[in-house]
Amino acid sequence: MLSFLQQPWHWSIAGVLIGLTVPTLLLLGNKYFGISANLRHICAACLPANIPFFQYDWKKEIWNLFFIGGVFVGGFIAAHFLQNPEPIQIAAATKATLEMQGIHEFTGLIPNDLFSFASLGTIRGFIIIVLGGFLVGFGTRYAGGCTSGHAIMGLSDLQIPSLIATICFMIGGFVMTWFGLPFILNL
Amino acid sequence: MANQNEGFVCETPNHSGNKESILSNLKYAIVGMFFGIVFVKAEIVSWFRIQEMFQLTSFHMYGVIGTAVVVGAISVFLIKKFNIQTISGEKVRFHPKQFHKGQIYGGLIFGFGWAMTGACPGPLFAQIGTGAAVVVVTLLSAIAGTWVYGFLRDKLPH
Repeated sequence: MLSFLQQPWHWSIAGVLIGLTVPTLLLLGNKYFGISANLRHICAACLPANIPFFQYDWKKEIWNLFFIGGVFVGGFIAAHFLQNPEPIQIAAATKATLEMQGIHEFTGLIPNDLFSFASLGTIRGFIIIVLGGFLVGFGTRYAGGCTSGHAIMGLSDLQIPSLIATICFMIGGFVMTWFGLPFILNL
Repeated sequence: MANQNEGFVCETPNHSGNKESILSNLKYAIVGMFFGIVFVKAEIVSWFRIQEMFQLTSFHMYGVIGTAVVVGAISVFLIKKFNIQTISGEKVRFHPKQFHKGQIYGGLIFGFGWAMTGACPGPLFAQIGTGAAVVVVTLLSAIAGTWVYGFLRDKLPH
């Protein structure tokens, strides 16, 4: 059983379990699945600074902060008790492309030569970690949701605005991967 | 302008009429925990999997998101069709989203960040849980991005 859990899970299993999060949250307490809203709740709780966008009762949304606390714990459990002993399998073409772009470590879930405090001091590491994070936070709020709120919850509820947002997420990702990253990763 | 909540509707509204205790909120932490385990075990938190998705070299992420949407859509359909209630007996409420240009501009901006960091907000928390300490910086930056959006909101096209 444990060895079954330790190997990487098939996309269909993951897809079913993530999809089931939608009715689970709705039926547990009328909660709408959406993770990026937590970044707003953190702003509202810590630094509202009289900005109208952060003037609301964030404590009413505290369930969502519990949810992401759980996600953090889940990450810990998976990495320490259910870890895959094998290196991650990466598509050969992607591996070749990334090697040309100066990525050399392919063992963990994220490349150590890009996501480390040493890398944070380099131009490319700073852009990826700091600017990348900023764009994630700014973009999700501007779009009114992220992959969970729009792509999964919104599409499950057949919302056209969520379809538009999801298409734009993908276009943005393709543009960055094909035209931005080859430049940034070689800095 | 006592309460400017008009136009600032929360995107993940909490429709529960009941005020929930800390203990009651723990159930959401448990759901989140299983969710985090799935994120890591299916390698959705992997920067490499996101690169594969956008380089079109692997079906994995398309399979995950596609399956999740199908399962979610069937669930929502069944809840509406059979008027299934929450465990505390409330009617499940849905709220239609309004289109605004932010979904385009913000969507593109988030897409750039997604490809760079290899993470949407959920995986950021899971990555930190796995011990990737530097991702705390990514998360703080994402919080800063959210704050700057709130600050500039009135000046941005919507």
